[in-house]
Amino acid sequence: MSIFNVFNVAGSALAAQSVRLNTISSNLANAEVVSGSAEEVYQARYPVFAATLSNAINSEEARGVRVDRIVQSAEPARKEFSPEHPLADEAGFIYYSNVNTVEEMANMISASRSYQSNIEAMNTAKHLILQTLNLGR
Amino acid sequence: MQMIDTVFGVSPDVLALRSRRTELIANNIANADTPHYKAVDLDFSSALAQARGGFTGSGLQQTNAMHIDGTGSTGLGADVRYRMPIQPSLDGNTVEVDREHLAFMDNAIRYQASLNFLNGRIQGLLTALRGE
Repeated sequence: MSIFNVFNVAGSALAAQSVRLNTISSNLANAEVVSGSAEEVYQARYPVFAATLSNAINSEEARGVRVDRIVQSAEPARKEFSPEHPLADEAGFIYYSNVNTVEEMANMISASRSYQSNIEAMNTAKHLILQTLNLGR
Repeated sequence: MQMIDTVFGVSPDVLALRSRRTELIANNIANADTPHYKAVDLDFSSALAQARGGFTGSGLQQTNAMHIDGTGSTGLGADVRYRMPIQPSLDGNTVEVDREHLAFMDNAIRYQASLNFLNGRIQGLLTALRGE
């Protein structure tokens, strides 16, 4: 019965969204990281989702979602002139990570809402399955 | 005397299709943040007609065995259609979470309605069998 598949589909989404929440918390934790060069400083990470295709031949019906890869933001690091900082380079610049805190917060709300909708879908499916099991009683 | 598999009427087919639709919509909700994902839904009336062995309502008529089946071109099941988005997003994703929630809820209620019909039928048959 295919309604059981809802658990696989929604479960894969929960896993993917929790990876997203993990990268967001990593980005937020490293938002104020400072480094002496633009290459070494922490760069914001974002997961890229992809639909998982079913194994059936000639079928593009997707079966859940997976994290395809995690990309690093290409935005330039924020540069600040601070010659007395211990990590400053020869020219007296320090480099902050390119994490945009506001963007991350909005991303976090979106991720937690998606997580909630999938939980909702799972609960409804569970309810339907239990009712089907009680059929004829 | 009715055969036991016709006693329940259309409800078992409806339940099977409703559970398939539940799965499709759950998949849409799961892929709400996937770039380039296109939301799909079940064309319920044609799927039901197909399940009941009636008019399929879609596809080309094949008058020769060599003809290509017109429904296979999308790669989806014959009765699965892409949903038309009201507000397509920039990343090519056509899932609108509110609409999917609505469809999911509607589907769950109709599933429960079918379950109720089946239950009523079973209770009726049991009463008739017991003859009390």
